[in-house]
Amino acid sequence: MFQNTKARLGLIAALIVLSVFALWSNYNRKDDHGKPIRQAVTLGLDLQGGSHFALELDEARTALTPAQRSDAIDRALRVVRLRVEGLGVSEPVVQKAGNNRIIVELAGLSDQARAKSVLQKSAFLEFQIVRPLTEIQPSLGRMEAAIVAAFPNEGKAQGQAPGADVGGLLQTKGDAAKSATDTLATSRPLQSKFAAQGPEGQVLIANADTGAVRRYLALPQVKALLPRGTTFLWGVQDAEGQAGMSSLYLVEEDAIMTGDNLQDAQPQSDQFGRPVVVFELSRRAGRKFEKETGEHINQQMAIVLDDRVFTAPVIRGAISNRGQIELGNSTLDDATDLALVLRAGALPAPLKIVEERSVGPSLGQDSVEKGQLAGIVGILAVVAMMLVYYRLSGLFAVVGLLLYVLFILGIMAALGSELSFPGIAGLILSIGMAVDANVLIFERIREELAAGRSVRPAVQEGFQHALSAIIDSNLTTLITAAILYYVGTGPIRGFAVTLAIGIIASMFTAIFVVRTIFMVYLERRSPAAQGLSI
Amino acid sequence: MRLFENASYPFIQWRKRAYIVTGILFALAIGAMVMNVARTGSWLNYGVDFRGGTLVQLDFKDAVPVEQIRAAASAAGHDWQITEFGAGSGHNYLVRMEEFREGTGGAGATVQSQVQQALSSRFQPSQYTVVRTEQVGAKVGDELQYRALIAILLSFAATMLYLWFRFEWRFGLAAIAATGHDILITLGILAILRSEISLGTVAAFLTIVGYSLNDTIVVFDRIRENLAKPRHGRSYQELLNLSINETLPRTVLTGSTSLMTLLSLYIFGGAVIRDFALVLMLGILIGTFSSIFVASPVLYFLENRFPHQAPKKQQAVRSQHTERQRPAPKASRTA
Repeated sequence: MFQNTKARLGLIAALIVLSVFALWSNYNRKDDHGKPIRQAVTLGLDLQGGSHFALELDEARTALTPAQRSDAIDRALRVVRLRVEGLGVSEPVVQKAGNNRIIVELAGLSDQARAKSVLQKSAFLEFQIVRPLTEIQPSLGRMEAAIVAAFPNEGKAQGQAPGADVGGLLQTKGDAAKSATDTLATSRPLQSKFAAQGPEGQVLIANADTGAVRRYLALPQVKALLPRGTTFLWGVQDAEGQAGMSSLYLVEEDAIMTGDNLQDAQPQSDQFGRPVVVFELSRRAGRKFEKETGEHINQQMAIVLDDRVFTAPVIRGAISNRGQIELGNSTLDDATDLALVLRAGALPAPLKIVEERSVGPSLGQDSVEKGQLAGIVGILAVVAMMLVYYRLSGLFAVVGLLLYVLFILGIMAALGSELSFPGIAGLILSIGMAVDANVLIFERIREELAAGRSVRPAVQEGFQHALSAIIDSNLTTLITAAILYYVGTGPIRGFAVTLAIGIIASMFTAIFVVRTIFMVYLERRSPAAQGLSI
Repeated sequence: MRLFENASYPFIQWRKRAYIVTGILFALAIGAMVMNVARTGSWLNYGVDFRGGTLVQLDFKDAVPVEQIRAAASAAGHDWQITEFGAGSGHNYLVRMEEFREGTGGAGATVQSQVQQALSSRFQPSQYTVVRTEQVGAKVGDELQYRALIAILLSFAATMLYLWFRFEWRFGLAAIAATGHDILITLGILAILRSEISLGTVAAFLTIVGYSLNDTIVVFDRIRENLAKPRHGRSYQELLNLSINETLPRTVLTGSTSLMTLLSLYIFGGAVIRDFALVLMLGILIGTFSSIFVASPVLYFLENRFPHQAPKKQQAVRSQHTERQRPAPKASRTA
């Protein structure tokens, strides 16, 4: 390299300043919400705590061409981003991975349920006709029998259940008297859970009972007893005015329209100032829609998002490609929400979560602390070894080592790369291996001195000859790191990055920095000094 | 301080004994894997990253015997696998489930709530926290498996290509042999420890391979250099021994510093990192062993089996003459 000692020292000093600056500015960095982050090196999810999700398009029901898939993922990406914004996570990561996957990383959030519900909102939209619940009345008796047969314990628990009265929910007034005597004779596990009737004609069931009702409705015997072409669908939980309740609707299985035909949906106020959502379909879809809605006037049309009924307004007239949903007693916010949901639903296939990882913040904090302790002890051990084994030259190597740590952290801060827990391990290991280059050089110098060379040429030769071994071995490790990065994900990438940065930085400090220190030392010491403390 | 200065151990002569040790290690490795297959149907203990499924880590404030947790789970009708995590403190447990609810899930059906519901028969929610969950769909699990394999094969191929290029073919083959040896024994270690194979394990594995290769290259570099210099009547075997002995101090020192940092990780790093550190430590020992006792003997074998051609020998004689006439050391620039 260049011989001028001062120039070399200058370069090293500049790099030190740069590293410190990078770390300091990273520490003071503010996120999108204006909160300071206070992390000198960006911490990965497993150190900060947080959740990681991978989403894919569920092609179980619809096969997609690669072009459709790619386009759908792009649309999904935009919507997922929008949804994630509402969570208040600092610096959420929403990225496309490959052609079919979206990665969502939410640092600092370990409430998986909330994140999942948000992510799952952006999904598949369908419009399905609602059937009145009275249609299942003839089969109710047999359904209950089937349920009791399958779950004998459940049947016994009923009898005086509060819902028993409301079993009359589904009966005409004439039968009310009969039902009073019936409750004692037969048990009705299903109907006893029907707590009330909702404003849209649906059944309301207490949240605590939803598990049981799900099991009942999942029975093949029960499903077979439903009117042909219908199915039960759940609505949203804890809707307005229905705290603690879930809704259950009976709908036609075939959708009269799917969301991918939706071109736009916007919240507006109608002429009376009430919030409405105006939506627009493609022209071809509009014609089909007009026919369908025309056939079902005064019936309800459920707006189903990912198999959950969001709302079920009544069809007032045939709608072609421009329609309007009146939201009644809601606010404009609700209209905005619904419009977003409709637009989000314009995906040809629903999104499903294929991978989910979350780390609680306590574990993350714990890992950071442990990593720091292990790192400090590790460094101290290596420092001790170098000093004992190589004496003064060992001290030079130690200085190089400390600068090595500083440079690595500085580079990571500058690149914005994330430190994961395996990354910390990689860093600590690389400290042990970083001395390798110096060991190779020093051993060479010792040999040259033993062969009779004077100090300066020995140092020269030492650095020169060790170079080939250093380069060859480090290059192979770099290749491994590159492959690990390319093929790995998340924490493994963090490991590969720290490994690669470590190799490069260690080569620089061992060869350039330590050499400079030697140069300075040899220049400064008295010409009469003999030998080298190595 | 000096270690192994002017050592002159006859490593190549010891190769027969080394082969026996290697043979034993191979037998242990394969034996462990076969036993694993017999006992669990899988030669390695694949974690959720590769098998798919769900993993939940629980941290109990007060130590709790594992039977209680298992009882609670089976009472709720689940067939979860519950094991202790970390060294016998009774605080950390891993709950493993086969299912992963791929898709949109139902109301409140997060894994955390499932676990809480199951445990609610015996434990209050305040007694424990869910510190970590990992859920991997089967398809993703397969994909990760595939990627890990690709990573291992690619790095193997790439480094071998590089070596073949920088050294000659005999060195390349010898390095392949040493690395193959390391891979097999490391897999054996993983099988014996029955440690869970996760993505982190793959990273550790590749690191070991990289470290061993480093070690081997340092020795080969020295061999290459010694072979190029005048031989002073030493045989190939003696030169190999000389090279290994000359690099011994470095091998021991670097191995020690690396082991020390890993030991520090093992002791202070906590349960999650402990397995990782252990695998790396054993791997480094194996890698060092293979560089000395496998790579060079194989090289020796290859040289004997496929010796260099005669013309090269003549070249050697010729260059020896010219060597003597050249002035001594190369001109040294001022430092």
